[in-house]
Amino acid sequence: MTRQHIEAKINGDNCDFLCESNETLLSVIRNQLQLTGTKEGCSTGDCGACSVMLDDRLVCSCLTLAVEVEGKNIDTIEGMSNGEDLHVLQKKFLEHAALQCGICTPGFLIAARALLEKNPDPTETEVRYWLAGNLCRCTGYHKIVEAVLDAAEEMRG
Amino acid sequence: MQYESPKSIDDAISLISNASGNTRLLAGGTDLLVQMQSQVADPDLVVDIKNIKEMKEFKKEDGAYVIGAAVTGMEIAEHEEFAKDWPGVVDGVKLIGSIQIKGRASMGGNLCNASPAADSIPAMIASGAFAIIAGPDGRREVLVEDFIKGPGKTTLKSNEILVSIKLPLKKQNSSGAYLRFTPRTEMDIAVVGVGVNITLSDSGICEDAKISIGAVAEKALVVEDAASALIGNKITEEIIEDYIEKVRASARPINDKRGTVEFRIQVIGVIAKRALNMALERIR
Amino acid sequence: MSDIIAYEEKELKIIGTRPIRPDGVDKVTGRARYGADINLPGQLYGSVYRSPHAHALIKSIDVSAALAMPGVKAVITGDDLEDMPSQFIPVGEMIVNFRDMTRNVMAREKVLYDGHPIAAIAAISESIAKEALKKIKIDFEILPHVIDVVEAMKPGAPLLHKDQHTLIERKRLGSEPIIESPPKEPSNIAKRLTWEKGDIENAFSKAHIIIEREFNTKPVHQGYIEPHAAVASCTEDGQVEVYTCSQGHFVIRSQCAKLLGIEVSKIKVIPTELGGGFGGKNNVYLEPLAIMLSRIVHRPVKMVMSRNEVFRASGPSPAGHVKVKIGCDKNGKIIAADAQIDMQSGAFPGSPLPQATITCFTRYDIENVRVIGHDVTTNRPKVAAYRAPGAPIAAFGVESVMDELAENLSIDPLDLRIMNAAKQGTQTYYGVTFPQIGFLETLKRAKAHKNYNVPLEKNQGRGVATGFWMNIGNDTTSSLNVNDDGTIALTIGTIDVAGGSRSSLAMMVAEEFGIDSDKVRVTTGDTSQLGFNFVTAGSRGTFAGGIVAVLAARKAIEECKIRAAKTWNVPLDEVVWEDGFARPASSNVGGFDPLPLSDIAKNASKTGGPIAGHSEKNVQGAGPGFGTQIVDVEVDKETGSIKILRHTIIQDAGKAIHPAYVEGQYQGGAVQGIGWALNEEYIYGDDGRLQNPGFLDYRVPVASDVPFIDTDIVEVPNPYHPYGVRGIGEVPIIPPTAAIANAVYNATGIRFNSLPLSPPKVLAAITKK
Repeated sequence: MTRQHIEAKINGDNCDFLCESNETLLSVIRNQLQLTGTKEGCSTGDCGACSVMLDDRLVCSCLTLAVEVEGKNIDTIEGMSNGEDLHVLQKKFLEHAALQCGICTPGFLIAARALLEKNPDPTETEVRYWLAGNLCRCTGYHKIVEAVLDAAEEMRG
Repeated sequence: MQYESPKSIDDAISLISNASGNTRLLAGGTDLLVQMQSQVADPDLVVDIKNIKEMKEFKKEDGAYVIGAAVTGMEIAEHEEFAKDWPGVVDGVKLIGSIQIKGRASMGGNLCNASPAADSIPAMIASGAFAIIAGPDGRREVLVEDFIKGPGKTTLKSNEILVSIKLPLKKQNSSGAYLRFTPRTEMDIAVVGVGVNITLSDSGICEDAKISIGAVAEKALVVEDAASALIGNKITEEIIEDYIEKVRASARPINDKRGTVEFRIQVIGVIAKRALNMALERIR
Repeated sequence: MSDIIAYEEKELKIIGTRPIRPDGVDKVTGRARYGADINLPGQLYGSVYRSPHAHALIKSIDVSAALAMPGVKAVITGDDLEDMPSQFIPVGEMIVNFRDMTRNVMAREKVLYDGHPIAAIAAISESIAKEALKKIKIDFEILPHVIDVVEAMKPGAPLLHKDQHTLIERKRLGSEPIIESPPKEPSNIAKRLTWEKGDIENAFSKAHIIIEREFNTKPVHQGYIEPHAAVASCTEDGQVEVYTCSQGHFVIRSQCAKLLGIEVSKIKVIPTELGGGFGGKNNVYLEPLAIMLSRIVHRPVKMVMSRNEVFRASGPSPAGHVKVKIGCDKNGKIIAADAQIDMQSGAFPGSPLPQATITCFTRYDIENVRVIGHDVTTNRPKVAAYRAPGAPIAAFGVESVMDELAENLSIDPLDLRIMNAAKQGTQTYYGVTFPQIGFLETLKRAKAHKNYNVPLEKNQGRGVATGFWMNIGNDTTSSLNVNDDGTIALTIGTIDVAGGSRSSLAMMVAEEFGIDSDKVRVTTGDTSQLGFNFVTAGSRGTFAGGIVAVLAARKAIEECKIRAAKTWNVPLDEVVWEDGFARPASSNVGGFDPLPLSDIAKNASKTGGPIAGHSEKNVQGAGPGFGTQIVDVEVDKETGSIKILRHTIIQDAGKAIHPAYVEGQYQGGAVQGIGWALNEEYIYGDDGRLQNPGFLDYRVPVASDVPFIDTDIVEVPNPYHPYGVRGIGEVPIIPPTAAIANAVYNATGIRFNSLPLSPPKVLAAITKK
């Protein structure tokens, strides 16, 4: 299969890569772009571990073809902290011990940030339903929800 | 696999008309890529419709909403005015999957994938929606319930494309709802689904109703008997019992890993009642 | 027990606080590297051809077309693995036969489950490796299969192993174990194990009330979000390097060495960060295949399972069929208890039979007990441990019967358990006499908990259940080095499986030295850097890891005192260590200023060389863990849907080194239990193939399915750990299934004796009533 050349933006920087036309964005992020923070948990869009922002939309990168992102912005976990400072959500996850094995954590952080950007004052139920697309097997979600609510409060100032 | 991203509907039609192998259209990809993963689908040509302007438009034409086939679930869910006018359709769209899935999945794709359990389909049917189809010979309109033929099958010919979904003008004193039953609170395929649209007169008599049930047959069904049970009547407990019976009588589900026949028939009545009550609440 | 370090009550500065976990920043920034994140230069990609049949003879395999495909570098089949004789060796938490393990890694004469590996390919790209699978031609003779455990036990059931005759072992408390001669007829029952104490027949004849019930549970999967992954690299001189996400890299090394005939010293296993295990990553699956492929081409080979493969071909938990009979006197004292636990082992023998039978009744002090367990081979993947393996299956039955007894006797369900609770001095039916334990404390705290007294509304119900796990110690090694600036580098070999043991060990070492915990950096060493460490299982990570870390720290501290003594030119016994300083034992010794660790470290070279300490122990004295849970549910009687309203965990941790991690383990285990109770199950078709090998139809709880989980950490110190630590990771998953079933009974008046409590099942029972 001839590979396609795609130009896009990743975490604010220009990037380009070669990919097969049936290759997923997840595969390209992890292999060609070597950003392994985005994880593969299921490849069927059921676990959210591969969550990224595509032109400011929360999506599963395992269900997006890499060829579709020509000219688009991709935001992954690697771009979440701002230079030296961790994002409030990242800090709250640490403070609240909202992670154990950590494999689902990048997906949750990307999803939670998307929530708070849209709804800065969510209820516990709204947080749980928004994050229903992210599976965690270690924490039982308790401390994750606490961390997101606490981050929301801090971000509201 | 070849990937093409045409900029116009005519280009898209020309691509699929001239294709020699297995061709698939790509909107959100949340069904197609899953099928490719499990090797159920192995297309030679994928035609991405997301760069065709008309397919991405969400607009009003003479007061009626027209939703492009590539408009995503999140865009529909975020449209405040539309949610006020057609809450039932938004109910269905919101249940298509997680936030991530809805960020890509389109109502048009949900329709064309034609799963018997698709959430937006009973909602669209109940609302009286039409599928707008384009082909080499021009355009045609088909009621959504007639657009679907069976599991994974639609009336689309191999050289036709779904362009958009058009809703009728919203009537006064009308509203709708879509409810489903799933084992978990989210992230599941509907075991049963019910789309309801109801119009009441000023005195509270049901003037019009359309009821559609999903996941209990090879495609979403229109239950005319259930609508007839409501039309012309004030909605009382008794009327609702009759309505539930008619819904159950028309369900013809199968046993599969998501539910048994008995369970589906029992529960579709319950869900139909709850959806009806939701729609009535919204009118008030 | 001279190796035991006794618990010392003392004032603690670090232990019990909540510092940020040291692996945390890497995890929230995406830096942490898990199995699939490893890439080696020049690597090939591996794929596995897996059986599409539940049970079939392999008549022939033709890989020639695959091998001939451009880009394919190597293809292996079962013939490339040495056949192994029957040999029972403890692996993970179960006893495994290597003859079986080699066949599970790759099939030989027959395939025994949907997903069973038959061949593996290494190619220059993932897509070629997958394409090449289609070119493999295999001729199968399909055989009848059996999956249900009760069906598999019947004479005449399809037989998985023609030469398997039931091993029969009977253990009576106070006597030598009896091995009976195996029956002549082969059977799917690989083992029958019986524990006996007292005289149950006689006791039952005297009972005031007897409840006898039968239960069934479905198989479930650990559901870790990270699929198995390994990268192996073999050089031309036979050195092997393997990166793998595993709970026990030393065990992986041993298993690979044995399976592949490689010297242990020639294999180095480097553990990556682990994306969840819960017992499912104690065994080899991809590693031997990756090594074998790499051995052919001398290039690294990377293999990652898809989610579909994880469900079909890793090591899920068994389904269980349980019979429980309990008899009480009129006051509610249990005088006899009898259980039979039949569990699937999967394609090869080795279900958690010992654990299920041992934990069955052990929470209660009962004079007369019998527990019979059957290990039954069935055509599904070989089972592996899943968080307290076997115990939730037995507990579902026992805790449900306890609930029924309480109701019949008009005794509060917690009171019934308090009345019968095991305590210090209770001898179990398998021989161990309990030292100080915290079961009663958890029961009493549960009774007093505000959640036990919240008024319930219509269609709501409350249920309680309890859990016990013995916890283990086992081989653990650790090495500690004092850096020249006085900070500490601790190398551990027991994998931090997410419970935060790296953090807890840093805290224990910091407490010992009297320094801040962020001055202690913990690294997990690879197999070349330490002595053998057992898998992180049996809730041993913080307990056993903690003991050797403390011992290593104490040795290093002793060395620091020696250096201070040298510096001051005083005898060693006149130097004490306090709060991070070496001090003179009294003013008589001399007016020396206390020496901080950093000074001693700075001058280490001058006083003899770098300062270190290490420890290697088969750790004993694991403290048994007990917990009580209260669950409130609401049942939608029109649909059979169950909603969890409140879930409360009261569990003894001995000592919570880092309370947030203890809470996290309680909450995570409980939610896995909720999934087990409500929706999770393996669904097989009539053809024996798994119908739901994905997260869509294998339904683990999502965030909106569960409420906040209330936790109450009880601390009854384990007398055999310096800080009183007990293992905690496994107990939380044991009570939820019965607690939820009991709550559903309370809400609906219907007792459910099979799992999961899926809506169709619940609705059908409600409708019938």
